[in-house]
Amino acid sequence: MSIKRSNAYSKVTIMAVMLLLMVLVITPFTASDNVLERLTVLFIYIIMAAMWNTLAGFGGLVSIGQQLFFGLGAYATIRLAHLGMPPFVAVFIAAVLVGLLSWPISKFMLRLKAAEFGIGMWVLASVGHLLVNLDPLIQGETGTSLISLNAYQIETRRVLIYLAALICMSGLLIGLFYLLRSKAGIAMQAIRDNEEAADSIGVDAQTVKKWFFIFAAFGTAVAGALWLAQASSFQPKTYFSVQWTAYMIFMVLVGGIGRFEGAILGALLFFAVETWFADTGVWYLVGLGAVAVLCSLFLPKGLWGAIESRLGLRLIPVGYQVTEETLKPIKS
Amino acid sequence: MINSLVQAILLGGYYALIACGLAFMFQVMRIINLAHGSLAILSAYMVWMMTEALALSPFTSLLMVLPIMAMIGWLLQRAILERATKGGELLPVLSTFGLSIVIDNLLFQHFGANTRTLASYVGDLSWESYQLFDLWIGKLPILIFATAIIVIGGLDLVLRFTSLGRQIRATAFDPDTAGLVGIDARKTAAIAAAIAMMTVAISGSALGLRGTFDAYAGAPQLLFAFEATIIGGVGSLWGVLLGGIILAIAQSVGALIHPQGFLLGGHFVFLLFLFARIYLNRDFLTLRHWLGNKSKGESL
Repeated sequence: MSIKRSNAYSKVTIMAVMLLLMVLVITPFTASDNVLERLTVLFIYIIMAAMWNTLAGFGGLVSIGQQLFFGLGAYATIRLAHLGMPPFVAVFIAAVLVGLLSWPISKFMLRLKAAEFGIGMWVLASVGHLLVNLDPLIQGETGTSLISLNAYQIETRRVLIYLAALICMSGLLIGLFYLLRSKAGIAMQAIRDNEEAADSIGVDAQTVKKWFFIFAAFGTAVAGALWLAQASSFQPKTYFSVQWTAYMIFMVLVGGIGRFEGAILGALLFFAVETWFADTGVWYLVGLGAVAVLCSLFLPKGLWGAIESRLGLRLIPVGYQVTEETLKPIKS
Repeated sequence: MINSLVQAILLGGYYALIACGLAFMFQVMRIINLAHGSLAILSAYMVWMMTEALALSPFTSLLMVLPIMAMIGWLLQRAILERATKGGELLPVLSTFGLSIVIDNLLFQHFGANTRTLASYVGDLSWESYQLFDLWIGKLPILIFATAIIVIGGLDLVLRFTSLGRQIRATAFDPDTAGLVGIDARKTAAIAAAIAMMTVAISGSALGLRGTFDAYAGAPQLLFAFEATIIGGVGSLWGVLLGGIILAIAQSVGALIHPQGFLLGGHFVFLLFLFARIYLNRDFLTLRHWLGNKSKGESL
């Protein structure tokens, strides 16, 4: 028996990821505007999926209210930019502020269980939406836009937003990777697999969950702020819409809840589905909902879970792997 | 002042009506059905369609929708909830949320963005009122409030005094042991879901009679129902009535303070109750609680 952190696949993966990153960094010099804009959107989806997966997949916390952090990230960016902060600095500081805000929220919300936590977060998102509406700068549902981005020329702006999204996505994914491999992450994966068993060997679930909650809030706020940068207009109704959480749930459920690779796979699938079927309007949303229901009932570990258990394939080594048979059947 | 208080209490009756099905399902199956609001809107549309197509009174249409919703409840339990609950406590949340997206968007696809109302089919009832001293109290809100009391009372009586109620309570308490003494837990849960959906049909119609609804009106109804349930203290059905009334009063007070404060007032009182429930009898005002590491026993 041997226990390893990585295998041949994961080494290949790391090489491939490095290569892919390099390609993505030079993309702006070769790709068309449209491709850049779509890739930016894809990066934001990946962030959202990875963050929701952090919360639900590893923390066992199904939140229906992540649009709270998405909306607040965008709102804080508007506010900070209004104070004269350069837009890209504002994106980052806004996310940090939202991350800080999520600390007291976590103290309170993490006492709730399962669906109570989920809908409780939804109520908080609604509170956030209504409070933001009260800010005269936002002008109620009319909204406002990130004017300070106009300082950049349209071409430069597109590239800058693309690069910002790329950096944020890579940073958050790498952060998540190390978080999962850290002591807290191992604890979290233990909780994911069996909370009571983890508790019995002395894993402090509450503290670990709190950190994952804050990390997810921060990352989701980054996604919201980036979305604001690429869409440039801010309407509270759009940003605080529960549809964002619905997208996150779809991506993670289909891709594979509780699997690092699953969230990314889910985001890629969602992106493809959106690109091809968004024209069908409402039917596309009906399809998303139906697939989410079917996945949760018949494929609870998602596509990646199925791939993983069939092929034993782990590309991104966040856990430990035990090779060779360890248990021999007991002969009676 | 007294007038708005009375109006708020009557509105609370509506909240209690929509919440009692949610609370009932939670008590029996330990599931919070996130499609609850969407299903209420679905039944409101069904009542509207029958009223429109067959030129019936909405009340007659409701009588016809009740068995349909009961069947939907049965199917919901058998096809989705039963399977989902086996996979832990997260899957019911995910699957019912997915279901609500499907229902909302199908309704939008079929009925479009126009709002609908049932009020125009009941003639004078929608605006007539009783005069009580200086107060004018609408007949319809009184009717809805009375319905809420009847529905909650009915559920309570069924749970307490009938053999079906005993089976439901036993299943809620411990499905496996209930099975040992000869109760078909699957059947009992499906019946409970059917009953809950009948209350949903009634509350959907109440919503349609009170005002307008559209395909996406389900989410706020779910939040109201959830808030009333939590404020009422989850444990009892009568608590839900109290919870609904408190929620409605909080919203009215919110609206008095600020023109946009209606929903906020309700949310804040909900959070206050949640806070109180979590922290009552705890040392949460001490610094140690906020800064220090908690001991193991304290974490839930």
